Amino acid sequence: MIRRTLLAATTALALAAPAAAQDFAITNATVATGDGSAPIENATVVVQGGKVVAAGVNVQVPAGVPVSDGSGTWVTPGIFATVTDLGLWDVGAVGESNDTTARNSPFSAALDTAPAVNPRSQHVLISRAAGITRAAVTPSAASSIFAGQGSMIDLGDDPQAVRRPRAFQFVELGEAGGRLAGGSRTAAHTLLRNALREASRFGEDSGLAGGPSRPAEVTTGDDIPIDPRLVESDAERATDVLLTRFDAAALVPVVTGHQPLYVHVERAADIRSVLGLRREFPQLDLVIVGASEGWMVADEIAAAGVPVIANALTDLPARFEQLASTQSNIGRMQDAGVKVAINAAAMEQPRYLPHFAGNLVALASVPRAAGLSWGEALASITSIPAEISGFGGQLGVLKPGAAGDVVVWDGDPLEVSSAPVRVYVDGVEQPLENHQTGLRDRYRDLDESELPKAYDW
Amino acid sequence: MRAAIRVLLAATATAALAACATAEGSGDSARSASAYDYPDTPYPSTYQPYPGVPTALVGATVYDGAGGRIDNGTVLFADGKLVGVGGADLAIPTGYTRIDGTGKFVTPGVIDIHSHLGDYPTPSVDAHSDGNEATDPTTPEVWAEHSVWPQDPGFTRALTNGGVTALQILPGSANLMGGRSVTLKNVPSRTVQGMKFPGAPYGLKMACGENPKRVYGGKGRTPSTRMGNFAVNRQTWIDAREYAAGDRDDRDLAKETLAGVLDGEILVHNHCYRADEMALVMDMGKEMGYRVTAFHHAVEAYKIGDLLRENDVCSAIWSDWYGFKMEAYDGIPENAALLYQAGACVVIHSDSENGIQRLNQDAAKAQAAGARMGIEVPDADVVGWFTLNAAKAMGIDDVTGSLAAGKMADVVLWNGDPLSVYSRPEKVWIDGALMFDANDPQRRPVSDFELGQPGEGDVK
Repeated sequence: MIRRTLLAATTALALAAPAAAQDFAITNATVATGDGSAPIENATVVVQGGKVVAAGVNVQVPAGVPVSDGSGTWVTPGIFATVTDLGLWDVGAVGESNDTTARNSPFSAALDTAPAVNPRSQHVLISRAAGITRAAVTPSAASSIFAGQGSMIDLGDDPQAVRRPRAFQFVELGEAGGRLAGGSRTAAHTLLRNALREASRFGEDSGLAGGPSRPAEVTTGDDIPIDPRLVESDAERATDVLLTRFDAAALVPVVTGHQPLYVHVERAADIRSVLGLRREFPQLDLVIVGASEGWMVADEIAAAGVPVIANALTDLPARFEQLASTQSNIGRMQDAGVKVAINAAAMEQPRYLPHFAGNLVALASVPRAAGLSWGEALASITSIPAEISGFGGQLGVLKPGAAGDVVVWDGDPLEVSSAPVRVYVDGVEQPLENHQTGLRDRYRDLDESELPKAYDW
Repeated sequence: MRAAIRVLLAATATAALAACATAEGSGDSARSASAYDYPDTPYPSTYQPYPGVPTALVGATVYDGAGGRIDNGTVLFADGKLVGVGGADLAIPTGYTRIDGTGKFVTPGVIDIHSHLGDYPTPSVDAHSDGNEATDPTTPEVWAEHSVWPQDPGFTRALTNGGVTALQILPGSANLMGGRSVTLKNVPSRTVQGMKFPGAPYGLKMACGENPKRVYGGKGRTPSTRMGNFAVNRQTWIDAREYAAGDRDDRDLAKETLAGVLDGEILVHNHCYRADEMALVMDMGKEMGYRVTAFHHAVEAYKIGDLLRENDVCSAIWSDWYGFKMEAYDGIPENAALLYQAGACVVIHSDSENGIQRLNQDAAKAQAAGARMGIEVPDADVVGWFTLNAAKAMGIDDVTGSLAAGKMADVVLWNGDPLSVYSRPEKVWIDGALMFDANDPQRRPVSDFELGQPGEGDVK
């Protein structure tokens, strides 16, 4: 059958050595660059040497670059999904296949996703087929408020998924953090401070470049002074430590600002507390995750310059820390000047990202709601998450010099009815087959007149 | 998968134990009594439609839910009932308020056949966990309506963002027989009786597969295997048949529910993922003298579309959930389209306080997945996946689920194509009463729980 031939060809391709980046150009397409601007009709995208060299109108395709006609298609940068657990599990409820949490580990902050990521996970393949080319992969907290260290991966069909290991530390400071710390938010904040001070001292002892965090003046607003031993990085490794050596070492780059600290909080008051951490630890590179009530403190978040990976369509008080949640959350924060990406973890599957973005566009026509323009919505799943992840200008955008992560769609990419027809990572065209496409093709009909379905593959 | 994500994000908690359903409906007691000496149906519906005005929706594209599409259509309703559905030439009686729907769309009210609103309400705290009586593998004696908290804010989101006008609240799927469901009008009320859909049949929620054997196997009890699941079910049915064949004088809440199923008055809504298990369950129904009305979740239904068609069993499904548990590993986005191609009944369901706000989008996604493999499902039929087909499987299609004269005026005016991500409900009528209007900040329900809280009355 034709399908078998196609599959055979694809399989052969997959088994071949990693393909080199192809030069290619797509013309006459509707191109959305991901930078927040509106889509451009009849535009051209050129990729050479694995990088975007041009995107827009009035583009000359260099001689020798193969051109495909993109009429009727849309072209965008690859979706950048943050935060996810892609590559960390096969079946959620099958514990041995699931590396997202480590409830019984003696370690917490030191847990590093990089060696655990499986580039052949079906969820990586399925997400790739949905146009996701990059993702932030985070562990989930289970034994401590510190979940561990996240990785930045690409979803290309090659063994090298992790592109930046130990890209961030993830910590829980809301309701979940309180439970993990022993029962309350107060415990979570105390645990955090203790850990950062231990790490600060540990970092000083290590002689690592960068040095410890230098606490600013701390005033309490009344006449009770703070014991200087609690604020001057004075935890004694030998006698008074809660962190393992590995965990302390893992937090050194956090306290020195060399590694971003992703903090999951939802409630407005919790967000304020997180922003306040920089009074004690000025070098923290904070990113807020969740932020269901972010709109209530949007001005403060904007003033602090802290980016947010926010829940897009959360609109129910699922927890008391989410009482004010609304689908207008992201639109309102963006209006206040906050840099906001859509949180891929606040949906059933990361491949819903474009649809959640599309829903935010829909809000623009709902009275009293705050939504995003189409260009802003695409940016919230491409260039903005790339910027928050430390890849500004390199990923999530179609502009000269950026990686050749390109997705060609059969329609408006934010529409639920659209899907990618071609996906490139670093200029390499990707296979889009996976377990689901195999099942789809096998059960296209239920004909078993010659042989059982098991022979149809 | 989802467990981890939930810890991380808390935000979108959905019941991972996807449940199943049973519907209740305040069965009408006279009907039951006529069949046998069945106790009068207690906790009767006290729902009364709210006042409305005779209304003419004109100029919109109308999907009637039954496969019909009318461009530049006219929909008339008055006194809570649909009066007429037709084209631009349909005469509008005097006294009707005209609403211009040019550029907009009209559908029947959205119906969710699988919801846990009220029995797993938000906030999702332990004190609100009222969906699984997980103390015995068979609890047909429990009724979901006795768990429903009418103040669940989720009802309001389903109305305003999802256009949901009726829904079936099911017990969870921890048990082989989880209990009776209840079908509700999505109209806020101080009591659950005030929401009960008048005349809707009850359902019995059943569950096969991983959940019951995990929950009870984990307690060192039977069932701990799939074969244990069947053994417990079969013996329970055998005992119920004996009860049903007797004089039924001794009240037995569990057996009364099962007798209701054997009598054909209570519909079986069976949570089941795998194709092979669904085939066995259908045979169990034949062995014991009942039929399954709908399989819920049914992620592998596409593998047995022929069997489902032949047995006239609906599949109430998500468009593309998969992978969160072993029995969901083979879920594919083409499930609905392949079932449609096989001539089997498709219902798009949510099992989620979030998904219930976007059933229309989920259906559109499933439609598109089919189109990409060459299965074209007309838009008008796709609308039926979240309206009339759900009503049929809930036994309320004689009174709602499509736009036809004489039916309840459960109507949504969308600000655009309901199969587009960019569209939202603009107005929602239930029994002809305007229960939501996006243009009127006051025409929006706010539950008791949200009064005086941050975000009270926000657009959500």
